[in-house]
Amino acid sequence: MCNVCGCGSGQTLIGGHALKPARKPAAQLHYRAHETDAVHPHEHEHEHEHRHGAIDFGGGAAGAHAPGMSQARMVKIERDILAKNDSYAEENRRYLAEHGIFALNLVSSPGSGKTTLLVRTIEALHGELKLAVIEGDQQTDNDAARIRATGAPALQINTGKGCHLDAYMVGRAMQQLGLHDDSLLLIENVGNLVCPAGFDLGEAHKVAILSVTEGEDKPLKYPDMFRAADLMLLNKCDLLPYLAFDAELAVANARRVNPDIRVIRTSATSGEGMDEWLRWIRAGCRKALAGRKIVG
Amino acid sequence: MHEMSLAEGVLQIIEDAAHAQNFSRVRTVWLEIGRLAGVEVEAMRFCFDAVVRDSVAQGAKLEIIETPGQAWCLHCAQTVQVQALYDTCPNCGSHQLQVTGGSEMRVRELDVE
Repeated sequence: MCNVCGCGSGQTLIGGHALKPARKPAAQLHYRAHETDAVHPHEHEHEHEHRHGAIDFGGGAAGAHAPGMSQARMVKIERDILAKNDSYAEENRRYLAEHGIFALNLVSSPGSGKTTLLVRTIEALHGELKLAVIEGDQQTDNDAARIRATGAPALQINTGKGCHLDAYMVGRAMQQLGLHDDSLLLIENVGNLVCPAGFDLGEAHKVAILSVTEGEDKPLKYPDMFRAADLMLLNKCDLLPYLAFDAELAVANARRVNPDIRVIRTSATSGEGMDEWLRWIRAGCRKALAGRKIVG
Repeated sequence: MHEMSLAEGVLQIIEDAAHAQNFSRVRTVWLEIGRLAGVEVEAMRFCFDAVVRDSVAQGAKLEIIETPGQAWCLHCAQTVQVQALYDTCPNCGSHQLQVTGGSEMRVRELDVE
């Protein structure tokens, strides 16, 4: 789905192929005239129905028209704006639970060291766990290529103009990857501490990565994300001796927005904290496996 | 947060309702936006106007009902009002707060014809 307008397919790529439009109810009407829409410059493959120049006096809300009688009325809606994404996320979550797959949604600013940490994680778990990776970036296949170099299957989603992954994109990528039962799915979201907080992908946990080359106050500046995460990896800790970064303050700030957040100090370079991080992943995988046996 | 996507979500809900309930014009849209939802109301208005152009909701008035941020303080064992996610309890200063309200983003009602 095009994240700018939500109705097109020309922007999002999964593994280099255009994402087909989301499933739509039959005979859904489109009222937008795309040809003249300045905020919406891309081409569409699908057809739109337009109702240019149609005046139907019997088509009003009351189903009839009488002069002098207003057809205005109030319609109760009470629907969450993110309901559509949430329903796709629930589908993903159900699939993951039924197959005993432990899925993590890794979120951070660009440049926090997510991909390097993932590469080290995959190398450490090699031969022990089956795993797959979904990479989200606006453009390029670079990150998926880095993951594939480790031997793990990886699929790149290019969000085009979009700034986050949504549950529909991830569901399609999951189908395309062909996930193993009782495996680990690592989803590296687009580097962005704002929007991904609001879009549930169906994961077990969001993991926020904050590197020590950023500011201690990031959790306060971007509270939605640190609130949505269950685990924070304080990354690049090998650089702490060279920086004025106050790690205690960063952790305290994260706990201000999310008192329950767990924190692990990590470094992909020195290996610090990797054992604890891997233990946390293994525990999650065991829980997913046990859950499948109960479901099954 | 991501107001353009959210505005599209609003339009989709309106279009689904237009199809299901057979109306052809929306005059007013009431949105309920929680104080802690991370939505910039002015950005939402801007995006909404752009997104609904040439739609059933073109020119519709956007009424935003802002709901207050609420949290349960584990220390005081009571509901308190908060303005931001990093706020402390106004009574005891604790950070042990569980947000209980104010993160909603909902299309509440439409005035249609």
